[in-house]
Amino acid sequence: MTEYVSTTPGLYPLPDWAKDDLSDLKGHQKHDLISGDEGEAITAAYEEARDEVIGVQQDAGLDRVVEGQLRWDDMLAHPLAVADAVETRGIVRYYDNNNFYREPVVQDDLEPTGDVASELEATAELAAGDDLQAVLPGPYSLADLATDEQYGDEADFLGAIADFLEGEVDAFPEHETLFLLEPSLVENAPEDGQDERASEAIDQVASATDADVVVQPYWGALEEKVYAHLLDADIDAVGFDFVANQDDNLYNIQEYGAPDDIALGLADGQNTLVEDPEAIRDRVEWVEGQLGVTEFETVYLTTNTETFYLPYGKYVEKLEVLAEAADLAEVTAA
Amino acid sequence: MTNENKDQFRPPEHDSDHFLLTTVVGSYPKPKWLNRAKELYEDDDHGFDADDYQEAKDDASRLITNEHERAGLDVVVDGEMRRNEMVEFFAHRIDGYEFNGPVKVWGHNYFDKPSVVSEVEYDDSWLVDEYEFTADASDRPVKVPITGPYTLANWSFNEAYEDDDELTLELADLVNEEIEKLVDAGARYIQIDEPALATTPDDHAIVGEALERIVADLPEDVRIGLHVCYGDYSRIYPEILEFPVDEFDLELANGDYDQLDVFKDPEFTKDLALGVCDAHVAEVESVEQIEENIKKGLEVVPPEQLVVSPDCGVKLLPREVAYGKMANMVQAARNVEDDLDAGTIDIERGAPTPADD
Repeated sequence: MTEYVSTTPGLYPLPDWAKDDLSDLKGHQKHDLISGDEGEAITAAYEEARDEVIGVQQDAGLDRVVEGQLRWDDMLAHPLAVADAVETRGIVRYYDNNNFYREPVVQDDLEPTGDVASELEATAELAAGDDLQAVLPGPYSLADLATDEQYGDEADFLGAIADFLEGEVDAFPEHETLFLLEPSLVENAPEDGQDERASEAIDQVASATDADVVVQPYWGALEEKVYAHLLDADIDAVGFDFVANQDDNLYNIQEYGAPDDIALGLADGQNTLVEDPEAIRDRVEWVEGQLGVTEFETVYLTTNTETFYLPYGKYVEKLEVLAEAADLAEVTAA
Repeated sequence: MTNENKDQFRPPEHDSDHFLLTTVVGSYPKPKWLNRAKELYEDDDHGFDADDYQEAKDDASRLITNEHERAGLDVVVDGEMRRNEMVEFFAHRIDGYEFNGPVKVWGHNYFDKPSVVSEVEYDDSWLVDEYEFTADASDRPVKVPITGPYTLANWSFNEAYEDDDELTLELADLVNEEIEKLVDAGARYIQIDEPALATTPDDHAIVGEALERIVADLPEDVRIGLHVCYGDYSRIYPEILEFPVDEFDLELANGDYDQLDVFKDPEFTKDLALGVCDAHVAEVESVEQIEENIKKGLEVVPPEQLVVSPDCGVKLLPREVAYGKMANMVQAARNVEDDLDAGTIDIERGAPTPADD
């Protein structure tokens, strides 16, 4: 019988009070952003905000708890932005959004920092036994967001990023699930040869944990070849952005199959319109119906994208809807 | 050669034969006391009321309009003293929008990104009061900057329309209604701001369609400009030449004119409002430097089609720097006009001849 798991890809908006407090504490310019060695007052503000968003997830009744990635000023580029071998330069556009991050330029051999691991340690303490979910950029997206001035060769650079992320995962405390976010697989699709290397890099990072690994591309569907290669990686689930594209995602699953687990991005992480839980449940059934015989072991119900695009109140509502939709799906299935 | 549409803004006392219209994109640093007045107004414990705040905004509007005159600009703006942000300001005045709180742009920079929750509708005029006040405060022609429908749609959450194109066209009708009111009130120079176009250049067709609606039934002599900034212009040129506007206002100084050649081929058939001062460098360019920048524009269009302005709104600069840039810009334009009159400027216009041809 299918288990329905409500969760999110993390990267939450800061609570409004924390937006104000941290603006005052840190400033508004690019040199004011997180470098990994922030002082006591800033650390304390983030701890309080983390505590709050963990509470939000628990109150909503989500089946997985994430840290929230509130410190990730540079969004998915964060793990590199706090690494010693990286210089952060000018502000560059974050995919096709009206959002910007500091361009991380790799200038030396990359070494894992343990930055994300320490966030997760703190989360594990606050989560009080709830199932913990780690979140990282996938290696292909992280390489795509960065500039290489050290390795010289695209394949070597992707390999170095995979080593780096593997090292970060090695330091993680025990976790139930790991989400690897891979929007670049859609937005800047790998070409021939690159697609296979992207899959191998994902496999390498996924192999560093015993947890279930979900690879979530978004802002559309993967090209067929990219999807076929991704399935070669030893991962537990692929995520599908059904908000941005239904037909091509369904086509991929019908033509190439899917792992036993699947993540369905059904709530829009970039629109304030709050979906009805029943409507989300119906869309889960619709997807399952379209796939005919396939029965999944686990279906993750999630927003398609990160949720930092939303005003805080709307983000909270989206989480509540996901938790309720998963409960409804369980009931219907039973 | 003459350019009637542009020449209607030529000051009667203008000495040179050539006329390079000088103006600004719109926003200007607010006086510190205006920000303080806003804080007092928003503080419930304070007696500073809506009338007081209105008076402060009026004072600031008059002050900056006069500052633009003092700098010597041919066409002035009030520096958008009454506006907070280019989407928020309009969203507050359009039925169908609601606000749910700030969202991140980058780092700790946020804006109150509004949501369109029902059909957008025109209620009261958005800018007629602002225009009438500014026109009254100045003897010079006044330009009215107005955020375009594509940017109003794209920088909002769309909860109510099938897609953003539909919302863009609906908003275009409202912008048209507002511009008609502005024209009735006497406005002759309107600038549509569409910064979102530069970030999503594939959408130039919908912007063109929206502009057709915006200019529908407007008198010929009303000058319509389009401001687009910070993007890859090669992805929207030459398609934008089809847009029903008189002038394109472009940001080129910031990139040191590395995109200038884009506009040389095919021939630039509209007026070019050339950015000749960087809006994000807090250092006043010298008159000589700006003269060189103005001459870059003459590589693209003849003097009759050239307008001179900063790259973008200057509201993030220190006020004295913003003023210095305006004053030097006007002086540089007057110097170039004199040189053009004297026939001492020799610039080849158009596409560079390939070396191996």
